[in-house]
Amino acid sequence: MKLLLVAESREGKLLNSSYELVAFARELGADTAMFLVGAEGDLPAYDGTLYLADSGTAGEYNPSCHKSLILEVVEKENPDMVVFCHSSYGWDLAPRIAYSLNAAQVSEVVEVQDGQLVVPACNAKLRRKVKTSTVKTVVTLQAGAFGLTEEPAGTPSVEKINQDSSDGIEFTGYEQAESGGVDLGKATIIVSAGRGIGKPENVSIVADLAAALGGEYGASRPVVDAEWVEHNRQVGTTGQTVAPKLYIACGISGAIQHLAGMKKSEFIVAINTDKDAPIGEVADVLVVADLKQLVPALTEKIKSL
Amino acid sequence: MKILVCIKQVPDMESKFKIDDAGTWYSKADLAWRMNEYDEYAVEQAVQVKEQLKEGDITVLCIGSDKVKETMKKALAMGCDRGAHVSDEDSSLKEPLQIAGVIAEYARDKGFDLIFTGMQSQDRGSGQVGLLVAEMLGLPGVSTVVDFSIEGGVIAAKRELEGGMKACVSLKVPAVITCQLGLNTPRYPTLPNIMKAKKKELISTPIAELLKVDARQGTEKMYFPEKKGGGLVLEGETPELVEQLVKILKEKTSVLS
Ligand SMILES: Cc1cc2nc3c(=O)[nH]c(=O)nc-3n(C[C@H](O)[C@H](O)[C@H](O)COP(=O)(O)OP(=O)(O)OC[C@H]3O[C@@H](n4cnc5c(N)ncnc54)[C@H](O)[C@@H]3O)c2cc1C
Ligand SMILES: Nc1ncnc2c1ncn2[C@@H]1O[C@H](COP(=O)(O)O)[C@@H](O)[C@H]1O
Repeated sequence: MKLLLVAESREGKLLNSSYELVAFARELGADTAMFLVGAEGDLPAYDGTLYLADSGTAGEYNPSCHKSLILEVVEKENPDMVVFCHSSYGWDLAPRIAYSLNAAQVSEVVEVQDGQLVVPACNAKLRRKVKTSTVKTVVTLQAGAFGLTEEPAGTPSVEKINQDSSDGIEFTGYEQAESGGVDLGKATIIVSAGRGIGKPENVSIVADLAAALGGEYGASRPVVDAEWVEHNRQVGTTGQTVAPKLYIACGISGAIQHLAGMKKSEFIVAINTDKDAPIGEVADVLVVADLKQLVPALTEKIKSL
Repeated sequence: MKILVCIKQVPDMESKFKIDDAGTWYSKADLAWRMNEYDEYAVEQAVQVKEQLKEGDITVLCIGSDKVKETMKKALAMGCDRGAHVSDEDSSLKEPLQIAGVIAEYARDKGFDLIFTGMQSQDRGSGQVGLLVAEMLGLPGVSTVVDFSIEGGVIAAKRELEGGMKACVSLKVPAVITCQLGLNTPRYPTLPNIMKAKKKELISTPIAELLKVDARQGTEKMYFPEKKGGGLVLEGETPELVEQLVKILKEKTSVLS
């Protein structure tokens, strides 16, 4: 079996997630070639053929240009599988490539079981084993699901390619993440509010517990999107990555994008009314309870210690 | 401006799921159903565009059993003008390529300027349908949009990248946009609008008329993930839970000392 691994870079810098593609290929015991739109000065540590398009000319992500480059490499290498990270880059390109190749696309693979791909369903509460019936498949890998067991090493043999193509989507620049405000990365204790708090008035329940513990409060994305809490307190892939001594998740279901931001915490407590909430998979303790009762009672108890 | 919004009806994710008899999907019995969260942003954005331009016609499309009409009525009450229901008892068996194929078949030759979808569905979560529709219709497609504006047929959109960074893009209509959480603030339908929605057009078409694409994949098995880690689960009355939790925090962490 042969895999084409589509690595990623941004502003000429290779993204580390690209090595997850290599780990996936190892797990399958497959041959590989790699594709990257990037810079010659920052190549992946990889033994094999690297098809490199210069980010200076191919530009920052441009769907139709990157698509035609990948199709060109597919033509040369004839891989059985084209593999992307399930990232803003990968999930945008994968359906376009799959469509052009008449290939089945399997999104957000978390595991390989007896050679078959497994993906999450229903907010990670369920798993789905997928069977495909096409010659080629296109897959995206869930962030963090496949990790290299050793330091990446090797020197690629570079083959340069280039293309000029545009589909009328013009990239006009990046907007950097907001900075300033609290730095959750420095907090040793974080108590986070999820949609389970129900209404904005209840942010204080969570903030009070954080204060009683001498920590900071954070939030999941819906709470931030609803503007109940400011963005610099958001934990997750599109917010902060934190690893405090204690993380208490109040009314947070445990979606992968939230877990990615906090699962390295030393000790994790989840307070949730749903015993099956996926947060239970990473929690050291899952307290099955209504946060509106439990959290204030816990705050009182801690204050009295 | 002619706008198409694609929505899906999904179970409430806090539901207690069971696996169906075939072992390939969740059982549809005893679930509460709602609009896919991402699609609420799609509907809201379509309605906002129409309000801003003071003209336009919004079709909301949903593929599913008769039950999905309840969710379509919510979209009509939020401000969509007409409903296109594609009737299919087995829509959960259709893979994203087939769903996209049906949408593209419906949209072809209707001259939509804008097609909005959610970036992903909460149950299947493939994140493919919107972009596949764009490919099938030969339109530019922008995914994971968290900021959208339009003026004189030119769209300025922001795509969300990892870590809170955004990529700004500019493109002309016609285009396909897939909507990410936080794009806007979806409105709650008002009672008068709920009443008005009852009179809006909602036409059903059997899926056979629009389905021209064969499945390239299927589900072999659906199952609950094994509980890893073996974390402790505490259940009971609040005072005892608090006692237990404080005891654990004292023993297992240094934060209370
Ligand atoms: C590309 C992308 C990036 C994303 N980035 C992020 C990110 O950075 N951070 C992030 O958090 N999310 C992110 N998300 C969203 C993520 O997928 C989830 O939608 C989100 O994390 C859900 O937040 P939640 O757990 O608070 O809400 P829900 O999933 O709605 O869960 C609410 C939970 O509260 C529980 N509950 C309800 N009432 C109570 C009560 N009274 N007491 C106790 N528990 C209760 C429920 O059982 C449920 O488990 C991203 C999504 C995408 C697609
Ligand atoms: N059955 C359906 N009917 C209408 N639109 C759908 C359906 N399934 C998915 N979609 C649309 O496609 C988007 C992405 O779905 P998915 O590719 O399944 O993650 C959803 O947010 C909807 O906008």
